[in-house]
Amino acid sequence: MNAVLAAIALLVLGSAAAALALRNLIHSALLLILSWLGIALFFLWADAEFAAFAQVLVYVGAVSMVVLFAVLLTRQSRADLSVTAQSRGRAAAGVGAALAVAAVLAFAVLRTPLPVPSGLRSAVTVRQLGGELMGPHAGALLLVGVLLTVTLLGAVTIAGAGRLPPDGKDQP
Amino acid sequence: MSALQGCLLFSSALFAIGLAGALTRGNAILVLLGIELMLNAANVNFIAFWHYRPTPAPALGVVFVLFAIAIGAAEAAVGLALIIALYRGQKSIRLETATRLKG
Amino acid sequence: MTILQFFLWSLLKVAVVTVVMLLAVAYTVLLERKLVGRIQNRWGPSRVGPFGLLQPLVDGAKSFLKEDIIPTGVYRPLYLIAPIIALGCALISIAVVPFGEPVSIAGSPHLFQISDVNIGLLVVLGVTSIGVYGIALAGWSSNNKYSLLGALRSSAQLVSYELALGLSLVGVVLRAGTLNLRLIVEQQSTQGMLTWNLFGGGQFVAFFIYLMAAYAETNRSPFDLPEAESELIAGHLTEYSGFKYALFFMAEYFGMCALSGMAVTLFLGGWQAPCAFLEVVPSYVWFALKLLGLLLGFIWIRATLPRLRIDQLTRLAWKFLVPLALINLGTAGFWIRSAGWAGPLQPLRWAVALALVALPFLLIGRKLTAGIGPRIYRYAAP
Repeated sequence: MNAVLAAIALLVLGSAAAALALRNLIHSALLLILSWLGIALFFLWADAEFAAFAQVLVYVGAVSMVVLFAVLLTRQSRADLSVTAQSRGRAAAGVGAALAVAAVLAFAVLRTPLPVPSGLRSAVTVRQLGGELMGPHAGALLLVGVLLTVTLLGAVTIAGAGRLPPDGKDQP
Repeated sequence: MSALQGCLLFSSALFAIGLAGALTRGNAILVLLGIELMLNAANVNFIAFWHYRPTPAPALGVVFVLFAIAIGAAEAAVGLALIIALYRGQKSIRLETATRLKG
Repeated sequence: MTILQFFLWSLLKVAVVTVVMLLAVAYTVLLERKLVGRIQNRWGPSRVGPFGLLQPLVDGAKSFLKEDIIPTGVYRPLYLIAPIIALGCALISIAVVPFGEPVSIAGSPHLFQISDVNIGLLVVLGVTSIGVYGIALAGWSSNNKYSLLGALRSSAQLVSYELALGLSLVGVVLRAGTLNLRLIVEQQSTQGMLTWNLFGGGQFVAFFIYLMAAYAETNRSPFDLPEAESELIAGHLTEYSGFKYALFFMAEYFGMCALSGMAVTLFLGGWQAPCAFLEVVPSYVWFALKLLGLLLGFIWIRATLPRLRIDQLTRLAWKFLVPLALINLGTAGFWIRSAGWAGPLQPLRWAVALALVALPFLLIGRKLTAGIGPRIYRYAAP
């Protein structure tokens, strides 16, 4: 079981690191899709099937498509897809900060006496999830619904589809 | 090192990679992707703790992760809309050139 | 059973389903050409073999032997992977559909289903979202701006109709209480045909929303703008020839079979016979008959309706199907909550449910087609 976890972790971390280090934006987006699929595999390994397919549906299916559209819509020529190298100092500072955060987190994880689970854990059914979402977390669910609607309207407005020129006539 | 600690180290490493990407790259889309990776690292953390949970509260971890996925997607959508608006103003999505408040 | 036994049984099921589906796809192509031909008052292919029955063999041989042209400047890894993604996603959708009643061979029960996951419905929705990549990556990697435009238009179409597809299925999930496809089929069996979700379960409207979304998801007429020859050449398929084109083609027909299989499972009672005494016919034969009926629907609509423009397509999805699916969801909730209404309240329940669905349908339909009047033809002066 630990070998499977190690393989999934390697897949996710490797593709994430490669995605953020490459110069070609489309390569980055595609490697990040691979990384998100790896995270969905991790969710499957951890018996959270619903979360795994929610991750696939939302991240791989929708967010990646939006990222690809944004990449394709914000370039002026094919050359714009390559990203220029950063100054060395800035890159070193960024990586150093990230390493420091990772060190702090690893220290916290390895030093804390975490509880060992006892007994069998039953898998969670969709009905239980639904009951939990509509019961104790109904308020949060409604709020997230409102949030997503506002996001939709906001994104459409910001990206320019709702803009009217000053004379008030709709754009052709 | 138990398996739970292994999962948590995995999520810490993913968070660090996302942070490095967000701090280092100058392209707005890559910064956004780094932020999404950090969100996903938090989700991995939640599911790791949920997998090794004591038996009561059977679905809380998954509920949390579902909300986090929804909010992460909403934030990605708004971020990319902002990037498109930025591109319209300055014709490039390099963050170094986004130094003025106008436009 | 042991892991090895499970593995071997699964391999057998995969092999059988793949072979049967490949044959089904090949002969669906022939059926389509013949039916479209008959509707257009001509014979379809009729020269190769009796009634043209050997045509699929000849078509297969042609696509294998045709010259495989890969243009320079394409981005090879994605160009070669894109048809595989499209085909793989269609096949994964077929893997969760239950084809027949569980049988017990040598004492242990076996399902007529390749994989019985607890979230079968969500798997299908998830791989439908991934299937969009097959088209988007094909268009982008082809190094052709018309392919890219066609692929982006097709992606927009697929994403819009995915939403309608998913929303129309929530009513079924409400009634069944589970996402497990096997349990959804078994749940529709209390009284034969009358409790299929289409009729007694109250999912009439959802069935039609699902069908329209399925036509759009498989890029079939009247929603086949992305691959129509008179539009942007062939959209994302422009630079594909030979076997890779055949793979895309097969992916479209596999997708048709997968989405029809889902419709049969969710709305038409799966592998169940309509009445109790017809159960002498095996369950997989009933599934095949219902699947054939839906495929005939696909072909009939293709031959009959003209193509929609991209703005008409997206308007239909966002302004008509999605609101109607949301209202259907509310109606399904009302229907289930009012299941306890007895006696004289039953007709009231039907009336309220019908009104809840029919009124928005009429109102939205009228508003969307307002201003589009009958055409005035002006003829040349005599």
